[in-house]
Amino acid sequence: MRCFLCGAAVLKVDEHWDKSLAELMAEAGLRALEDSNLSTVDHVFVSNVYGERLQEQANLGTFLAEELGLKNVVATRVEAGGVSGLAALYSAATVVRSGLSKAAMVVGVEKMSDGTLEESISLMTMEERQEYIGSFGVSQLAEAALLYKEYMRRYKVGAESIAYFSVLSHENSSRCSHAQYQFKLSLESVMNSPMIAEPIHRLEATAPADGAAAIIVVSDDLAEKLDRTNCTLTGLGFSNDLPVAFDREDPLAMEAVSTAGRRALEMAGVSRSEVDFLELHESYSVMSPLMLEALGFTERGQACVKAEKGVFGLSGELPINTFGGLKGRGHPVGASGVYAVAEAFLQLVGEASKNQVAKAERGMVVSMAGLGAYAGAAVLEAVR
Amino acid sequence: MKPLTSRPPFYWRLRPFIYRLEGSRCSVCGHFHPLNRVVCRRCGSRTLERERLNNAGRLVNYTVVHQAQEGFEKTTPYLVGWVEMDDGTNLVGQLTDCDPQDLKVGMTIEMVVRKLRVDGDSNLIVYGVKFRPLVQR
Amino acid sequence: MPKIRNAAIHGYGVYIPMFRIKGAELAKVWGKNASDLPVKEKAVAGLDEDTVTMAVEASKYALKRAGVDASSISAVHVGTESKPYAVKPSGTLVAEILGTSRKTTSADLEFACKAGTEAVQFITALVEAGRIDYGLAIGADTAQGRPGDALEYTAASGAAALVIGPAKNDCVAKFDYSVSFVTDTPDFWRRSYERYPVHASRFTGEPAYFHHTISAVNTILSENGYSVNDIDYFVFHQPNVKFPLAVAKVLSIPTSKVVPGLVADMVGNTYAACSMVALAKILDIASPGQRILATSYGSGAGSDSFVLTVCDGILEKRNRAPTYTELLSRRKEIDYSTYLKYRDKIRM
Repeated sequence: MRCFLCGAAVLKVDEHWDKSLAELMAEAGLRALEDSNLSTVDHVFVSNVYGERLQEQANLGTFLAEELGLKNVVATRVEAGGVSGLAALYSAATVVRSGLSKAAMVVGVEKMSDGTLEESISLMTMEERQEYIGSFGVSQLAEAALLYKEYMRRYKVGAESIAYFSVLSHENSSRCSHAQYQFKLSLESVMNSPMIAEPIHRLEATAPADGAAAIIVVSDDLAEKLDRTNCTLTGLGFSNDLPVAFDREDPLAMEAVSTAGRRALEMAGVSRSEVDFLELHESYSVMSPLMLEALGFTERGQACVKAEKGVFGLSGELPINTFGGLKGRGHPVGASGVYAVAEAFLQLVGEASKNQVAKAERGMVVSMAGLGAYAGAAVLEAVR
Repeated sequence: MKPLTSRPPFYWRLRPFIYRLEGSRCSVCGHFHPLNRVVCRRCGSRTLERERLNNAGRLVNYTVVHQAQEGFEKTTPYLVGWVEMDDGTNLVGQLTDCDPQDLKVGMTIEMVVRKLRVDGDSNLIVYGVKFRPLVQR
Repeated sequence: MPKIRNAAIHGYGVYIPMFRIKGAELAKVWGKNASDLPVKEKAVAGLDEDTVTMAVEASKYALKRAGVDASSISAVHVGTESKPYAVKPSGTLVAEILGTSRKTTSADLEFACKAGTEAVQFITALVEAGRIDYGLAIGADTAQGRPGDALEYTAASGAAALVIGPAKNDCVAKFDYSVSFVTDTPDFWRRSYERYPVHASRFTGEPAYFHHTISAVNTILSENGYSVNDIDYFVFHQPNVKFPLAVAKVLSIPTSKVVPGLVADMVGNTYAACSMVALAKILDIASPGQRILATSYGSGAGSDSFVLTVCDGILEKRNRAPTYTELLSRRKEIDYSTYLKYRDKIRM
């Protein structure tokens, strides 16, 4: 699957009241293009989940091309819930590797500030089965709370240990200029924030946000010609599971995440111990330990213990969510996966500034739709 | 934009499951699916039979939800339970007629049909499954 | 009216929502004397309950007692004055939720508090005529009283359902006889598009409740050649506790035959469900061979009166579902502001 990433852009995750969905994706796309020293691309892929609902806008690929003044390009939108960003990357990598494309742009965009808070809870629940989850008045948030409780019960882990992952995310987002929340959180403030679905506190979940990020994917020969440090995409893996966690044999197993991660590593020929940093999809604090364990980076039930020992900090053995992840950097859903890939790019080309992971050679990005309904993983490596 | 869930035909199609817990049971592996299925999602068999789940089960876990989704703003806080029905099928749904202090993990629960929500635009009442502690005999 | 030869109760079910508001709490809000209240407390439907959901709960218990599968039911008649929809039947919703036969006759009946027993009249007739095997007669209401009105102390929520089928040995009770007695008497009404009913104060008593109830009872007793002594239990509609006891006094019925069927003191007036809930309470305790006389009253106005004989099936069937007392013990007291929220009385 080897192909190259030669440019990236990340807009600040924020409430961009004055910018439209089109403006956000155009700004990210243009900045990524400039970053890559390319003048144009032949494919554009837009990763977006809620455009139809919040902006009543479909056909986003064409609108991005229009905004960028691109003519005669292949333009499409990709949607796979929370995996949309990696699914768009997969599309780009596939067309580049197959020779159909020389240079492809992936833009992730979401504009959630057009909706209410209640709407955002409903929108998240669109990843679940509407017929018997949404319609029963159960939200994804409520399901996540049930998994959280089950995790605490099964592994005898206290809520503080899980909530600590929010502290960890903010530790990194506090120094990240494109993060939604550029401040640190104490464990005390997380635990004192109001419950939104017991045992999940408000500061253990993401907030609605606007954002756009972009990356440029090019072929080997074009990468060589460009005067731009790049990184390689060496592995991609995806896997599906029964969409509703409670329909699975073990709702905590996250088998799609396990399989997607394993496949990406196998394709890259990289072992877990060679991964220098990891970008997770912690839509709720408890998703960090669940994903770490599903991916095999820690034993089941051990992630919190390791976190408290500092393993996952920026200078730890395996830094996670190096720019703050979904919690700290922010979770503009369709854009989140592209943010994570762009952030991995910044780490691997040494442009991560205050968030730089020392000697970052290999990074892994893992996304999931729903609570493990679908998962994607990408392995990216520095070019030395 | 009008949410899907306020469209009358959407709920109308769901009646067998959200009124009566009717679905499809795989004749090969025994897995139960809400509503109609042509292929068993667990074993891939294509032999499924219509079945109505027993009304009772046990409470596996529950949560108190304070942040509502759309259409449920007036009923917060509400309880959501994870229940294992008598046949082993796991379901999640709202819990009613109880407070958190009335609940114990493992307790017997029964399915009831209640007003789930009232659609804001059309004023259509959506009825469907909730669970509650079994009314003792 | 002719004798009923072949219709019987095979199962009965009651539903009382778990929320209660005390008369004293209402009296406190409106500055009334708490020692002079028509009932002690009343049942209040929760936020997610209405006539349909309560009718379903009572029907499920009735089907359980009857041992009859829902698919054998081919008539569902719901008597109520609090239909969730002005236009759209409650009966079809109840039938669909229960999973009755598609070949079901169904309608919502309105006759104030007599609507539930009117459903009983319909279903017994359908069974006796051989038109159906089993049918459900339901009385259910989430009765509304205007805040501050005298009705607010008693207007309560509840439901009762009877599975009625042919007379067999294993049934709960056989219907022996029925009468209906109606006149045009404007004692209580609610016009279309209005939220709360209006009542004619003391006019609801003597010319309304008492005249129709007593006329119906006297008619059914005389047409059968019965005296009060031939009846073991008397069941009445109960807008409050005083009225049925006053009827007993007029007809020289010993209170011991009336008190077991009193429900209003603890449940309130559940309107179309009221006399049926009271009948169910008697079925919880009656013995085979005992005779019950049940009389409803609906404003507008009229009474249905039935003579029933308890059968052997009662002994086993009554234990298949929660009794009146068991449902009554499921109780959560609420204050007036919660009551306003639950009954949708806060309107912006």
